[in-house]
Amino acid sequence: MYKLMLATRYFFKRRINLLAMAAIALCVFIVVVVMSVMIGLVSDFKEKNHSYSGDCVIHSDSLVGFAYYEDFVSELEGEKFACGVSPVIDGFGLMRRPGYEDNIGLQIRGVDPVKHSAATGFGDTLYYHKDNPEKAFENIYEPNLPGSVIGVSIIYKSGSFGEYDHFPVPRDLKFEITCFPLNAKGGLARGGADPTSTKVFVNSDDTHSGLVKVDGGMIYLPFDEAQSMFEMGWPIKRINSIHIKFSKGVSADEGMAKVAAMWAKHVERNKDKTYANLFDNVSVEDWFRYRREIIAPMEKEQTMLTILFAMLGIITVFVIFVVFYMIIGHKTRDIGIMRSIGVSSWSVVSIFLLFAGMVGVVGSAIGASAGCSFLVKINDMEDWLFENYEWQLWNREIYAIGEIPHDIEFNVIAVIVACAIGAALLGAFVPAVQAGFKRPVEVLQVNQV
Amino acid sequence: MILKGVDLHKSYKMGQTKLEVLRGLDVSISEGEFVAIVGASGSGKSTLLHLLGALDKPNQGRVEFRGKALSSFGSGQLNGFRNKTVGFVFQFYHLLDELNILENTLLPAMAGSNSFGWVSRRKTAKESAILLLERMGLGGRLKHKAYQLSGGERQRVAIARALINDPELLLADEPTGNLDSETGNGILEALEEFHLAGQTIVMVTHDSRIADRADRVIRLVDGKIE
Repeated sequence: MYKLMLATRYFFKRRINLLAMAAIALCVFIVVVVMSVMIGLVSDFKEKNHSYSGDCVIHSDSLVGFAYYEDFVSELEGEKFACGVSPVIDGFGLMRRPGYEDNIGLQIRGVDPVKHSAATGFGDTLYYHKDNPEKAFENIYEPNLPGSVIGVSIIYKSGSFGEYDHFPVPRDLKFEITCFPLNAKGGLARGGADPTSTKVFVNSDDTHSGLVKVDGGMIYLPFDEAQSMFEMGWPIKRINSIHIKFSKGVSADEGMAKVAAMWAKHVERNKDKTYANLFDNVSVEDWFRYRREIIAPMEKEQTMLTILFAMLGIITVFVIFVVFYMIIGHKTRDIGIMRSIGVSSWSVVSIFLLFAGMVGVVGSAIGASAGCSFLVKINDMEDWLFENYEWQLWNREIYAIGEIPHDIEFNVIAVIVACAIGAALLGAFVPAVQAGFKRPVEVLQVNQV
Repeated sequence: MILKGVDLHKSYKMGQTKLEVLRGLDVSISEGEFVAIVGASGSGKSTLLHLLGALDKPNQGRVEFRGKALSSFGSGQLNGFRNKTVGFVFQFYHLLDELNILENTLLPAMAGSNSFGWVSRRKTAKESAILLLERMGLGGRLKHKAYQLSGGERQRVAIARALINDPELLLADEPTGNLDSETGNGILEALEEFHLAGQTIVMVTHDSRIADRADRVIRLVDGKIE
C-alpha cells in the first residue's frame, strides 16, 4: 500500500518527471505515426499487388511460355476450390500513336477480361467498365479494330493528390503496338527483314491499379489478339501464365497444395509430348512469391525502419535511464530513511519501478493519443500544407498513392506502448537496484555530509 | 540485557588510508535504560549507534539482541528488526517531503504490513499515530507537510514515527543537535517522558549537559570506551 502511495507522490511531486514523460511521449508519437503510415503503405502495396495477380500463379520464366494449357484450365475451372481461372499472355513491345514519331516501351498482357476479372482484381481497376468487364475491349470508335485497356498514367496526367480527370467516354486514341514474336524454341518467330508484329488497337478503357509499373507502362489486349501478335497460337497454343483465384473458405496453403498436385499430374501426363520441355521453366507460386521482386524492397524498407526505431527505443531507454538516475540520485535520502525503518531493498526497487511504470504509462498514453490524433488529421494537414505552401509528403505524380495511409492499428499501438513502458521500467531498474541495495547507513551518511 | 555489542571493530577506507573508528568496543544496554553515548566529533558515537541498530555491520565483533547475534539474521529478519524492534531518530529528522506528518508517522507501520494486513491494521495504526502526534503537541497539524514545520516540530514527528511500531529500543542520533537549546530541551523532555513509561533509549550526543539527563553515560574516545 505504502509503495503505491509513495510512487504516486513521487509521480505528482517531481517536475523532472515531465522530462521523462516528454521523452517517452515523443518517441511513442513518432513511432506510432511512422509505423502506422509505413504499415499502411506496405499493406496497401501488397493488396494492390495481390489484386494484380491471382491467389496462385502458374507461370513460365521464359517469354516463350508453355503449351498444353487448355485441358488444364478446363480442369481447374471444374474444381470447386477455384472460383476464377485466367490464362494470360505476357510480353513486351513498343507503342506509338499513329501519326506520332515517338515510341514507348510497354508491357503487354493478353487476357480474357471476364476470366481475368474473376481471377484477379482487374475488373475493379477499369474506369469505364468496372461493372461490365466483358465490354472492356469494346471500343466505340472503330468497330473493326480491337480495343485495348491502357495504364491510366500513359494517357492522363494525375492531379496533385493522385486523381485523374477522366473524360466521360474513353478518349479517341489509337495505339500502334509492335512486338517481337518468339517461336516455341525461343528464336524469332518471323524471319526476313521485319521480325516484328504490328497491329493498331483502339483505346476502350484504362486501368488504374495503383501500381506505378502497371499504370504507367502496361497495356491489356484481348487474349486472342495478343496470342496472335506474339505468334503463340501456332503450331501449338502457348501462354505465359495462369492466374487462379481460390473460392471463399479455401486457405492459401490448401489451394496451393491442390494446384501444385494437379500441375504435377498435368506435367506427368504431357511429358512425352513435343513441347513438354517448356514445362521446365514453369513454377507454381502464390501471389506473394510471384510479386516478391516488387514487394521485397518495400518490406526491406519497413524492416530498416523498424531497426531504426529500435535504435530510437535504445536512445529513449538511455534518456529515461539518465532521468531516473537523476531522480533516484535526488531520492537517496528517502531510500536511506526507508531502509532504516525496515523497508527491504526489493521494496525500494519496486517503489521506483511503480513510479517509472506510471511515467511510462502516462507518457506513452500521451504519445499514443497524440499519434492517433495526428494520423486522423494527417491528410487534412497535408492538404493544408499543399494549399498554402505547395508542399507534399509524397508527390502523387511519382508515388501511386491516393491519400496517406492513416489507419490506426491498435495491435501495433499496443506493442509500441508496451515497449515504451518496458523501456521506462528498464531505464529505472538499474539506478533503483543500485540505490535500493546500498547499506542504509551509506545513503544516510552521504546525505548528512 | 536487551542489546549487547561485543568486541566491535569498524573501519572505513578513505582512499589509500584506513580509518579505524571503533577499536574493539564492548557495550551492553539493559531493558528500560536511558543511555547516552558521548564523545568528541569522530569518536565513533554514530557508528556505534548504527551498528547497534543494524544499519551497518561491524568489521569484527558482533551485536546481540536478546542473546542472538544480528549477523545470523537474514535480510528479512534484519528488515523486521529495523521495522519493529528499533526506532531511529536522526539529527536531521529525515522525514519524507512528499508525505504529510500523519503519513510520515504511519510509514513504518505500513512498511511492516502487507496490503491485506494493512487493511485490518490501518484503523488502529492511524489511531496510535494520531495519539502519538497529539502527545507531541502536533494534533492539529496532521495534514501538514514536513517543510511546513519548524525544526523542533519535525524532530517530534521523527520521534513519533520511531515509536509507531512500539519498538523495544529507541536509538537517537544527536536528536537535539540541529535545534536551539529551548527546542532541544522540549525534545529531551519528550524522550524522558517515553523513558519514564518504560522505553529503552540509546542517545548519541556530544553535549555532556544533555548526557547528564540519561541514566548512564558511555564516553567514547578514539573508538574505545573511556
